[in-house]
Amino acid sequence: MWLDIWMRENPITYVLLGSYAVAMAIFLVEIALVRHKRALTLQQVRLMQEAGEEE
Amino acid sequence: MKARQKRFLFIAVGLAAVGLAVALVLNALDKNVSLYFTPTQIFNNEAPQGRSFRIGGLVEEGSVKREADGLTVNFVITDRHKSIPVIYKGILPDLFKEGKGVVAQGKMEAGLMRADEVLAKHDENYMPPEAADALQKAEIANAASASAVVPASAPAVIK
Amino acid sequence: MAINWFKYSAPTTFYSLAGKLIPWFAVAAAALFAVGMYIGFYIAPVDYQQGEFYRIIFIHVPASILSMFLYLIMAGYAAMGLIFNTRLSAMMATAIAPTGALFAFISLWTGALWGKPMWGAWWVWDARLTSELILLFLYLGFIALHASIDDPRRADRASALLAIVGSVNVPIIYFSVKWWNTLHQGSTIKFSGTSMHVAMQQAMFIMLVACWLYAIAVILARVRSIILERERHTKWINELPEVKHVA
Repeated sequence: MWLDIWMRENPITYVLLGSYAVAMAIFLVEIALVRHKRALTLQQVRLMQEAGEEE
Repeated sequence: MKARQKRFLFIAVGLAAVGLAVALVLNALDKNVSLYFTPTQIFNNEAPQGRSFRIGGLVEEGSVKREADGLTVNFVITDRHKSIPVIYKGILPDLFKEGKGVVAQGKMEAGLMRADEVLAKHDENYMPPEAADALQKAEIANAASASAVVPASAPAVIK
Repeated sequence: MAINWFKYSAPTTFYSLAGKLIPWFAVAAAALFAVGMYIGFYIAPVDYQQGEFYRIIFIHVPASILSMFLYLIMAGYAAMGLIFNTRLSAMMATAIAPTGALFAFISLWTGALWGKPMWGAWWVWDARLTSELILLFLYLGFIALHASIDDPRRADRASALLAIVGSVNVPIIYFSVKWWNTLHQGSTIKFSGTSMHVAMQQAMFIMLVACWLYAIAVILARVRSIILERERHTKWINELPEVKHVA
């Protein structure tokens, strides 16, 4: 199979792209999700507070 | 007893019970949890008959023979007590070497395994090639000095 | 000692403390990742058997260690929540689960990419690989169970039981390579030490510390959102500057 041949010809690229780049991408996605959740929660809490003040 | 202590006891006893149950199940399933059988187990008829299973062990030194088609390989898997000959047609993994770990899957036919998958099993030691060379040389030297008649004070001298 | 530890286990204090700590952990993690990668790819020598492919170990082993330890910490927090009825413990358990699941996934993914060139297979159903896969499912089960129950207190209790029962799996993962015949090799780092070359050890250790710092930073950030969400009816939340001033 071409992948078997390719990975043996470019082991460093295979390791960097296949394992490290994937792991880093996962970390970046997790960071983005956590930041998104923070923004969303803050927005909700503020909305609630405003609604409370109007009462 | 306070409610808090009661809850703690409940969790501790529960966890112990689950642990025990899992241990018993895994113990009963021992053969199924293990990935492969050793050649000795096969000689003791512990391996399943008539269906595909895996043998694991070392590739016996000097046993690897390639046939004329370039794809079919004969070799022997050993655990240093018993050995099983294997025939396999296909591409071998990079780490397949004489004296190294191997796991072969297939069916037994008259004392010979016809394998349809051969995997290499490597050890947990990582070192640069030079270190591996030095280690091998030291081992050979050790073996030579061990087989010679050694005076009582020798170990200290060698070190 | 005059430090009142319970003060820090109250969501009020913990929220602001975590906020101050996160940037430090994040910066240290990024720096150590860079150092670890440098040592791992430029200084550590090739392996005598596996050539360049063994370099996957510098992410594979730390990810596996994290996935197992985070599970035990999560189960510990969950148990504390059950026993002491503390608010923060259950929130911490909920915050750890997604990060633990991601590390379990990274461990399985990098393991598959390592297995293909070296063993000759992406996957085998041996005890080590299977028990690590079960760990990933335990994390996912914990997250799903917690999300499926609307009342947060009941969700905490139900998922805590799952987390505690599942912790039985962690020693099974660790000892699987000793107890059964597996394709996976034994542990490189044993209680008695390691046989690894020094530069390889350093790269792995630094990557391990980097992963810990990353995990702590991201878990603290997540738990802050969970505190905000769950305590939104309290007075102190409404007096937080980030809640008050922007309108």
